[in-house]
Amino acid sequence: MYAFLFFLNFLLVYTVFAVYAERKISAFIQDRYGPMETGYYGLLQTVADLLKLIQKEDIVPLKADRKLFKPAPVIIFTAVFAGFAVLPLTSGFSGSSAQIGIFYLLAIVSLDVVGILMAGWGSNSKYALWGAMRSVAQIISYEIPLGLMVVCVVLIAQTLNLQEITYQQGIWWGHQKAEAANYLFGIKALGIETTHIGGVLTWNIMRSPLLLIGFVIFFIASLAESNRAPFDIPEAESELVAGFHVEYSGFRWSMIMLAEYGMMLLVAFLASILFLGGWNSPFPNIGGVRLAEWTSGIPGTWPGHLWGAFWMISKALFLVAVQMWIRWTYPRLRLDQLMSLSWKYLTPASILLVLLCAVWRLLML
Amino acid sequence: MELETILFYFFAALTGCSVLFVAITKNILYAAFALILTFIGVAGLFVFLGAEFIAITQILVYVGGILILLVFGVMFTQRLKGQRVQTGRYQLLLGFLTASGLLGLLIQTIHKGSFSQLPWVDQEHTQQVELSSFGLSLMTDYVLAFEVIGILLLLALIGAVRVAGNARKEGADAA
Repeated sequence: MYAFLFFLNFLLVYTVFAVYAERKISAFIQDRYGPMETGYYGLLQTVADLLKLIQKEDIVPLKADRKLFKPAPVIIFTAVFAGFAVLPLTSGFSGSSAQIGIFYLLAIVSLDVVGILMAGWGSNSKYALWGAMRSVAQIISYEIPLGLMVVCVVLIAQTLNLQEITYQQGIWWGHQKAEAANYLFGIKALGIETTHIGGVLTWNIMRSPLLLIGFVIFFIASLAESNRAPFDIPEAESELVAGFHVEYSGFRWSMIMLAEYGMMLLVAFLASILFLGGWNSPFPNIGGVRLAEWTSGIPGTWPGHLWGAFWMISKALFLVAVQMWIRWTYPRLRLDQLMSLSWKYLTPASILLVLLCAVWRLLML
Repeated sequence: MELETILFYFFAALTGCSVLFVAITKNILYAAFALILTFIGVAGLFVFLGAEFIAITQILVYVGGILILLVFGVMFTQRLKGQRVQTGRYQLLLGFLTASGLLGLLIQTIHKGSFSQLPWVDQEHTQQVELSSFGLSLMTDYVLAFEVIGILLLLALIGAVRVAGNARKEGADAA
């Protein structure tokens, strides 16, 4: 229950400032100022935008299919928000500690496709319909490399539970499992135990360096999942006006935006849990300099919670910032390039990586 | 009433109502979207049976995959013909007789089986199924069936690529 309240409020506040950050980052990349008028340095710009949006009339086009048009934004947002249920924010704070955590997340997030289809079809507009078609085709295609990368991590971690996956990537694994032991690059034969060194050395990208490639593939696929540039062909402004949400206005439109930014945050959280150590500190213990212990409290205590939440949120927000940076520096992919990237490059590479990760797992025994 | 009981009845009602809607509505697209609700309701019921994995697989495969394709199909056919795809009602009497006969048969069998009396039902309900043991039994006891399904899916994939592939003449000319 606490996790529900926390994530809902966090998501709202985050979205307001993420939109602001997006506009500022894009402005700096394009060498201009961005919003400057409302509030100090334009900080209240999105708040003002939001107030305006809420007051706007909720327009439903005359020929739209009302039964599909109206609930669509709610379904999109619910599907994305339901994904937050299994994220471990700190060592002891998460919505659900279901065994099948990551599997649930992938399944429930794929429901937002239903909402997008309903929005696109219900709008009864060719732009919306084409936007929805492209969006769904893209999300379904990129779900395959994304899912296979999750399989790679699960192969290494041997569990679907996100909290356990996080515990394995830090110095506190021993608290959860007595015989826990991490080795450098995961290879026991090297004989360098890193369980008590922790930090970046025990993150999944170091426990099995193959996952470094996996992280890159996961990140590319996650950009496509959240319909972000360079994969924003579903809402290509120059051809489709705004894609599947072109007919929406006011509160419903802001809900779709909330879902889009929520999706960005969700995949950023997921990437940092699966590959970048989740709530674990990035600093290792070096001899007497116990950097890892200084920058993370014992699980279950207040310092543990605070440090955990700090690292978790910082990593996620950093990845969101990278997503924005990529959006404003890369050109958009054409539809056929988009599909061939997914099916001809990422998917075969992912399948190969799954095989290699299985072999690596044998080295870890 | 406990929260769990209320939730159970909620999911049961969701499944029942949406199935009824699928059967009654004339609009195929609405039927497809209502079928999504049915699958979610059934997934909820699976969770109450302690089969979390099956529940999630249900959502991932049926809702995230099959139904999306179904909706796609309906949308494309609707676009091509330029008219709304609607279902008619045919063979009302025969359909009614078959359905009610099947219902009677099922009720009778379920009543005779009296599942709540069986000892293993209570035992299964209390013990939490370990996910890793489920995976192990899938890869040992049922490995043949698992592999056969894998080959079947591979065949389906190859078939789909062959059907959709660039085999038509105009495609070859363009390339």
